[in-house]
Amino acid sequence: MKPLALLIALVVAAPAAAQSPTAPSGATKIDVPYTQFNLANGLHVILHEDHSVPIVTVNMWYHVGSGRERMGRTGFAHLFEHLMFMGSGHVKPGEFDTLLEAVGGTNNGSTETDRTNYWINVPSNALELALFLESDRMGYLLDTMTPQTVDAQRDVVKNERRQSYENRPYGMADIALTEMLFPDGHPYHWPVIGYMPDLTAASYEDVVAFFKKYYAPANASLVVAGDLDTATTRKLAEKWFGDVKGGAPVEPPTIPGVALTSVQKKTITDRVQLPRLYLAWITPRHFEPGDAALDVVADILAGGKNSRLYKRLVYDMQIAQNVSAQQSSGRLASYFQIEATPRPGHTADELQKVVDEEIARLQQESPTAHELDRSLNQIESSFYNRMERVGGFGGKADQLNAYYTETGNPDSFNEDLGRYRALSPSDVRAAAEAFLPRDRRVELTVVPEAKQ
Amino acid sequence: MRLHHVLVVAALAVSVAVHAQAPDRTKAPRPGTPPVLKLPSIQKRQLSNGLPVWLVELHEVPVAQVNLVVFSGSAADPAGTFGVTNLMTAMLEEGAGSRSALQIADAVDFLGADLAAGSTFDASAVRLHVPVARLADALPIMADVALRPTFPQEELDRLRQQRLTALLQARDDPAAIIPQAFARVLYGARHRYGTAMAGTAETIKALTTAGLRAQYAASFRPNNGALLVVGDVTPDNAMALLETSFGSWKAAGAATPIALPAVNPPSTREVYIVDKPGAPQTQIRIGSIGVPRSTPDYFPLQVMNTILGGSFSSRLNMNLREKHGYTYGASSGFDMRAAAGPFTAAAGVQTDKTSEALKEFFNELNGILQAVPADELSRAKNYVSLRFPSGFEATSDISRRLEEVLIYRLPDDYFSKYVQNIEAVTAADVQRVAQKYIQPGRVAVVVVGDRKVIEPGIRALNLGAIKPLGIDDVFGPAPSVAR
Repeated sequence: MKPLALLIALVVAAPAAAQSPTAPSGATKIDVPYTQFNLANGLHVILHEDHSVPIVTVNMWYHVGSGRERMGRTGFAHLFEHLMFMGSGHVKPGEFDTLLEAVGGTNNGSTETDRTNYWINVPSNALELALFLESDRMGYLLDTMTPQTVDAQRDVVKNERRQSYENRPYGMADIALTEMLFPDGHPYHWPVIGYMPDLTAASYEDVVAFFKKYYAPANASLVVAGDLDTATTRKLAEKWFGDVKGGAPVEPPTIPGVALTSVQKKTITDRVQLPRLYLAWITPRHFEPGDAALDVVADILAGGKNSRLYKRLVYDMQIAQNVSAQQSSGRLASYFQIEATPRPGHTADELQKVVDEEIARLQQESPTAHELDRSLNQIESSFYNRMERVGGFGGKADQLNAYYTETGNPDSFNEDLGRYRALSPSDVRAAAEAFLPRDRRVELTVVPEAKQ
Repeated sequence: MRLHHVLVVAALAVSVAVHAQAPDRTKAPRPGTPPVLKLPSIQKRQLSNGLPVWLVELHEVPVAQVNLVVFSGSAADPAGTFGVTNLMTAMLEEGAGSRSALQIADAVDFLGADLAAGSTFDASAVRLHVPVARLADALPIMADVALRPTFPQEELDRLRQQRLTALLQARDDPAAIIPQAFARVLYGARHRYGTAMAGTAETIKALTTAGLRAQYAASFRPNNGALLVVGDVTPDNAMALLETSFGSWKAAGAATPIALPAVNPPSTREVYIVDKPGAPQTQIRIGSIGVPRSTPDYFPLQVMNTILGGSFSSRLNMNLREKHGYTYGASSGFDMRAAAGPFTAAAGVQTDKTSEALKEFFNELNGILQAVPADELSRAKNYVSLRFPSGFEATSDISRRLEEVLIYRLPDDYFSKYVQNIEAVTAADVQRVAQKYIQPGRVAVVVVGDRKVIEPGIRALNLGAIKPLGIDDVFGPAPSVAR
């Protein structure tokens, strides 16, 4: 056991603010004081007090996602997430939700390529119930697991796939895109939701093996935040999680180097009336040099009416219905994606020509200081806005867990914001040049199915 | 305010010993006395022009939310111009005061602010969310947008084409088709609730800048609205800023009162099928005309619907998702508006289980007419009442709650009495409102799915007459969009 009790209010020296009264404010710091410690079984615990409303949140991250799946069992990490709500050794099937609803609680979970997270929000009087439920499924999930439980959630997950991908216009493009970006066998190649035959193949034995390998306390981190007393909550966390058995350490993920060496081009059909263009590149991992600059590149290209692509394609030429750009940051790799839908009578090729012109312009000339400041001001605001809620997806507890997982420091708010504040116009240009090459990318087009 | 509830039996037992061995897991820990939510105090002021200001101080995060709400929404669209309010509010940001659309967007984005204008059936609003350090810079832009829109013709032409294209795209998406199909079946083409707030291709094509201006003048006036401010502000500094930006706003006359025609709920059960060949799921909506927001049955309905389809452990979700695996989620809800909005039970189900799912929907709609067991009732009441504090966390949560009070003229003690009103609901109340508002023999059943696959099974259920419903019946003919 290595207790690391810290109480930190970080003060980060920010770069000098620009001179205009509405330039980035620069000096503001974000305080999220916390305490952290490890239990003997290896569970890392982070506590944060916020008494603004009488609610607490229990936020658990398991450091496993679809990237750890094996071939033939894609979608398994997410199917497993569903099983975590089905009861455990001391919680009868159905009781996880009914016990929480009876105290005014809500809960949910989500799976990504690198992690699976779970949260429970309850009025602060029910903190111990939430800790009991969260610890019981960590320690005793398999006690009540049956092949029938797996079957029931298998059907639910297949319907989630139908609803979110197969029956949603352009839904299958998201799946095709990562298949084209990442080679066969790369952990990001297949979709988190998985392939239907693999969901069919998932077995009870797979559940047992996955739980034993990846759901041990040492492969998880717990944040408890909100209207709580730190000393009391620490004791409660020790009480409820202390008896959960430790497991074998999980080997760190291997990070296969991955790069596109040519243009990967593909056209797929869908039950839609308008085509859609997708361009995508493999880009630096989260927090690596270039990652923050690419968020700004995305803003300058397609964030808001005055962004370069929106203004040309949607506002001036009116040949596109919409355009978006986004850096999706991951632990093993990231990807940058541009998406545009032509107006009736226009084509994906017409849009691609303009997109390529604007990327080339950003690769040759730095953006204006105004464009950069506009983007940085919006990013800075988003950091404040993320402070407004303590629980749920994206609340403060979830962010503390995300920063801890990715950087080892739960309170990386200011360092993270500092990555953006440090950017100069030439950094943005350089990122566009280095990471958005025209000859190494994915070009995916969705076209309407032929009319019958 | 003190939150009481019926399940509280034990005080919170806090263990202070270090637990070397396993805790007692044989019983789930009982929660202690529910915490007291100190309701944020609403400071009610007004500007010199009479515009009411409701202000709530919230100092945790250096941000502010400012909403200008007017009590006229899409329900006020005159016949033949459905969509005018929705497009009018969208146009507010497309030119205002001396600024062009691009200048407004640049100024707002540069401040790191969010500025959005929009409408529901019952209200329209311009909403600003901004770091409080930028509030003084952002309010004049917001005031231009809300008080001095210019409705440029070229921006109208642009938004019109964008909306016609969006209508074309909506025809691709079963999840976009189903609410419109359901609304059209229940309310018809003439009642405002029977057509999307954005209107139809026909009405969108006919809208003019003169029509938008007239609709703006009829609804945006200081005697028909209010300002809401929530965030890291003090009344003194906020009132001075608001007075500067909004205090000289004047408009003669009064807003036109809205009268929606009465509409009869279905007198039998009818099934409408919108064909979507190849769809792997069927979208299902079942329901009728529900209740207005002013219903005296508001609290019993909250509890009844929580049991039927308003929570994860609700009957519809437990049956269709957890027991049968037909769907990713099933739910129900009453959309309460100034007039009676729809009651809807909903799910997207796998195509080959469509008729089985419909059968289970009706099992639950019939089941809720019976007396509800005590444990299910108390769980639902606790879920609604004890979750109440979570709606007061973020500036946007609070401002939306205040908007609801203003728009629907809810009583001053609405928040402070909310929990006791939920706790007063009895099993008899739940059964009474279920029997009154859920009549499984008198509902519209609307499905969007692969007709040739699903129709035989639906027919075999003998729910009622089966009628095809074309996508054109829902959206009008596919719009032609100018190149």
